[in-house]
Amino acid sequence: MPKPQKSVSDRLHLQADVLVLGGGPSAAWAAVAAAESGAKVVLADKGYLGTSGATAPSNTGTWCVPPGDNRHAVVERRWQRTGELADPRWMLRCVDTAYRNLLRLSEWGYPFPSEDDGRLYIANLRGPDYMRFMRRRVLLAGVTVLDHHPALELLSDGDAIVGAAGVVRQIGQDWRVDANAVVLATGGCAFRERILGATGLTGDGYLMAAEAGASLSGMEFTGKYTLAPYGSSLNKGLPFRWASFHREDGSPILGPTGEPLRNGIGDREEEVARALIVGPVYARLDQAEPALQGWLRQGQPNCFVPYDRAGIDPFSELFRITLRAEGTVRGTGGINIVSDDCATGVPGLYVAGDAASREMMTGAVSGGGAVNSSWALASGWWAGKGASTHAQRRTGKAFRSAVQSLGQAGLHPASSASADISAGEVIEAVRSEVTPLDKNFFRTGEGLEKSGERLESVWRDVRDHLQGEGLDRVRTREAASIAAAGRWSVAAALHRTESRGMHRRTDLPGKSPAFAHRLVITGVDAFRIAGAPERLAELAS
Amino acid sequence: MIEIVSATRCVECDICVKVCPANVFDATDNGVPVIARHEDCQTCFLCEIYCPTDALYVAEFAEGPTGITEAQADARQLFGSYARGLGWKRGKAGGSEFDPTHRIRVAQ
Repeated sequence: MPKPQKSVSDRLHLQADVLVLGGGPSAAWAAVAAAESGAKVVLADKGYLGTSGATAPSNTGTWCVPPGDNRHAVVERRWQRTGELADPRWMLRCVDTAYRNLLRLSEWGYPFPSEDDGRLYIANLRGPDYMRFMRRRVLLAGVTVLDHHPALELLSDGDAIVGAAGVVRQIGQDWRVDANAVVLATGGCAFRERILGATGLTGDGYLMAAEAGASLSGMEFTGKYTLAPYGSSLNKGLPFRWASFHREDGSPILGPTGEPLRNGIGDREEEVARALIVGPVYARLDQAEPALQGWLRQGQPNCFVPYDRAGIDPFSELFRITLRAEGTVRGTGGINIVSDDCATGVPGLYVAGDAASREMMTGAVSGGGAVNSSWALASGWWAGKGASTHAQRRTGKAFRSAVQSLGQAGLHPASSASADISAGEVIEAVRSEVTPLDKNFFRTGEGLEKSGERLESVWRDVRDHLQGEGLDRVRTREAASIAAAGRWSVAAALHRTESRGMHRRTDLPGKSPAFAHRLVITGVDAFRIAGAPERLAELAS
Repeated sequence: MIEIVSATRCVECDICVKVCPANVFDATDNGVPVIARHEDCQTCFLCEIYCPTDALYVAEFAEGPTGITEAQADARQLFGSYARGLGWKRGKAGGSEFDPTHRIRVAQ
């Protein structure tokens, strides 16, 4: 049983050069990069470094583009699919750094599979193995790892971010780490959808960053959903590449050409979504040849757990499916990056992985597993190096005694705390606006306005009255983060009066040249939305 | 969601308490870990593969309990089945070098 909360004087208090918040791949790479630069690093995660985040329970491809003349052409082809919002320069530097880190993994001895000619195949990472391996590398690099240490708020000395504070959730004790730089690698926001590895991704870093003065961008791009067996957590689309889809009465779901749909992923999710709004949909993986069936089973064992446990043969029997909402995890929104070292514009605050906006990489379309995985490999590295450089510049500055805690909503309500508002109710209220297919996969101005009004009302309650004590603060902060993320997402979606990528306005189909730019949101309670500057500033040195 | 901690298989190492990213389990003073926060389980199946004795069973339904019993899961040889699928053994990683996913990507 958790022990009662100790007094503040008993709290765990550490000092570091760099504090990394998060426990997924970008957190691990940031910690390794900072430690290799000579920084004293503490990594604090809500869960456990090795199992936390969307990667650990998955099997993910990477966007692996070896060096050579072909690289520019590959990047150019990919850019064409990003709704004109990605930045080829960032895409190129990402594939370069990601490739180097994949080679680093092989040098370290990560057990990659071999191709038929005996060469290692480094373009795929099996989540449980990869993250367990990364935990060992992080520990070998001398990083202090604090598992089950959710962060609740950032600390500032008035000029810069100088650490974070939270609670040790298996003990109930408070913790505080003073650091010369902080990397937010806390993942995206899946609005507490019950999907593989993402239920704990509640956008905590977004709220912490915004409270510190950082901006967000791409928050309107939360319209990505992935197929899963009904009621399961397996939001992995790959097997549905070889599936047929049927309504309750057995009639096939047709693709855009009028032929029965035989591939349910990518753009074809749209036909399935339309059918799911009307009634239950069933699938069968009957387009997979026997050899492929074997590879799918052996290569994607997690995808078959639901079928095997429910006693279904998915290759020959129909089974009910659903589309799972994925928020910004497979969407693209997040904290806005202002320079090549993954700085946020707030001194001392850096961002990596899905906590950051991935619009420079993948624009208005989902980066899926592959681009996001390479982004974690690269952005983690840059943020770790950037934070370490910043920390070195600050070395010698004594920590000021007047450290300010920046956390507000869910921790320190603007008005009196009220027992009438619970974290669970807040989360459900937000979910009912940002996860239904008929509100968020297909959007309308009218629908978004209604959702926006409801979310404003939810946010006012959160801001004014939601407060937790002790360990409950973890849940109230999660609820506040989800409420903030949902509100930003709907506001940005309403602002973008066009359709682009996963932002599908049925009342405004087609792209508008007036919106061929990113939308940047600044502020928590009163926020403003502005078009992003055409070019991100180069790293000032 | 996590449904079974098998008292007959469990060796009380409390690894599940440590590795569960959602902090679902609590260790106990004199017995097997308990499922203390069932509602927080995200059905990621990772506790199963980290368990050195295949003592945990996570059912396929992510929204609530299915009510499967230890005897039923045992009869269908479901304990440890995901670990076997991956090639993990006794809580140790293994099998990623035999992952044929690159063949699927070519077919895709």
